Amino acid sequence: MYDIFIAPFAEFEFMRRALVGMLALSFGAAPIGVFLMLRRMSLTGDAMAHAILPGAALGFLVAGFDLFAMTVGGVIAGFAVAISAGVVARVTQLKEDASLAAFYLVSLALGVLIVSMRGSNIDLLHVLFGSVLALDNATLVLLASFATVTLLVLALTWRPLVLECVDPGFLRSVSKTGGPAHIAFLALVVLNLVGGFHALGTLLAVGIMMLPAIAARFWATDLTRMIVLSVLFAFVSGYAGLLVSYHLAAPSGPAIILAAGSIYGVSLAFGHVGGLRRRFVPGRHLEA
Amino acid sequence: MISRRLILAAALSFAAVPALAPEKLSVVATFSILGDFVKNVGGDRIALTTLVGPDGDAHVYSATPADAKNLAASRVVFMNGLGFEGWIDRLIKASGTKAQIVTATRGIKARRMAGGHDHGHSHGHDHDHDEFDPHAWQSVANAKVYVTNIRDALIKADPAGKAEYEANTTAYLARLDALDKEIKAAIADIPAARRKVITSHDAFAYFKATYGIDFVAPQGVSTESEASAKDVAQIIRQIKARKIPAVFLENVSDPRLAKRIADETGAKIGGTLYSDALSDEQGPAPTYIDMMRHNLRQFADALMS
Repeated sequence: MYDIFIAPFAEFEFMRRALVGMLALSFGAAPIGVFLMLRRMSLTGDAMAHAILPGAALGFLVAGFDLFAMTVGGVIAGFAVAISAGVVARVTQLKEDASLAAFYLVSLALGVLIVSMRGSNIDLLHVLFGSVLALDNATLVLLASFATVTLLVLALTWRPLVLECVDPGFLRSVSKTGGPAHIAFLALVVLNLVGGFHALGTLLAVGIMMLPAIAARFWATDLTRMIVLSVLFAFVSGYAGLLVSYHLAAPSGPAIILAAGSIYGVSLAFGHVGGLRRRFVPGRHLEA
Repeated sequence: MISRRLILAAALSFAAVPALAPEKLSVVATFSILGDFVKNVGGDRIALTTLVGPDGDAHVYSATPADAKNLAASRVVFMNGLGFEGWIDRLIKASGTKAQIVTATRGIKARRMAGGHDHGHSHGHDHDHDEFDPHAWQSVANAKVYVTNIRDALIKADPAGKAEYEANTTAYLARLDALDKEIKAAIADIPAARRKVITSHDAFAYFKATYGIDFVAPQGVSTESEASAKDVAQIIRQIKARKIPAVFLENVSDPRLAKRIADETGAKIGGTLYSDALSDEQGPAPTYIDMMRHNLRQFADALMS
């Protein structure tokens, strides 16, 4: 047991670092995922993840695999797309999801083009799929600060955010905090996607955000429990994925996301809030 | 009447061809190192197009329509062979070129893929690639075979330039001989116990066999598969167990991973090695000879201290 579950982390620093990185990501990304899901913006997260690519790629073009350049580039590009999609949706006929789709497709193509201009296709693979096994101190500190900022901002904007999930009309009638809270929330989405990008790459970063959140939905009706569960699921996915990568020589990023996918599958089948088992094998009715 | 005029026109146009300025032999090489060999042999008589340019990874290159056009317009196409350019056969077919196709490694005793390639995940990419190690140019003796193959092919395509090609080849072979001696002398200066390094890409099997520096790789011989946690763990164990003094980054693989391994083991990080591609003109390895010298200096710097 020790050899399978603990020894890899005891023996190798890179495994410990990967695990710490996943812990930080879980605390930041998973709660954001819960809010995205509750606000029916699950696919928005995906679109924004692609939107980060050209910015990170520009950073890569300027400075290679430089943490600072790629982070700044990614954050700027993410904001630019989030804001411009919002603006286009307000001033034109287009719905926000349509303009996001347009923006993210363009961004993805642009990002791939920019990376290819400087580097090889292998560099492109590293940008798209990340390198969770190669987290250095600076990257870990970055991930941890993103998680800290996320939790703080979530605590500050908690009430308007929750209200907006439940009843946006009511929120608008009683308070003006909805707008700023929404922008703060979008900023958190971008921040966590950029953090996830360093570990898992642009294509998979959104996986660790959404899959645990969606899985948690099958186990809880209460928001606090849902968030705690999603963090737990995200971290367990990271841990299990790293173990699979260690023992079975699977690439680590995809292994982590597949672990999260398995948790989702189990939750889908057995979750007691709207899971399949509840649907086909109903529990006994309460009788007086 | 008309037919006579046609014949006249045809005769005139035939007469006109030799009057034009001597046209350069258009030649294609698949990647930068091979392109450098071809340039040294062909000199001014050829117009060379290199498909995968400096710093590009020819293993996973995706060909463009422009490549097919270049191929179709060329008279000779030089490829490395041994499964290095997995994409070239399709490209040749697609371009419909009538060029002479030359495998530059012909006559070289190809090495089988070294052990450590049995990861399981690296199977099934490309059959040729799983059998032979294509990086033959990493031994200068092999480079000389490349050069003579190129000379023969150019003479066949352009017999008029025979004398020039032969003179270029002789001069270049002499430089390669000097390079070979230089490498052997420099490596003799490194203590035998320290002649082992780790690189993120195992392209140096021929270098190892010829010059006696031991290379250990965290990834398979192809850069096509991503390193897993298991691979990284094995390599770290290996460095610690065998006390390997230096870790080298490679211009076509993830530098962050190599740095992590170096941090974790205390091995020294050497500079960038060029193995599969030359650098651009401003870089440290714009030609084959520069590349070999540059790599040699990197090994010496990291292993002597």
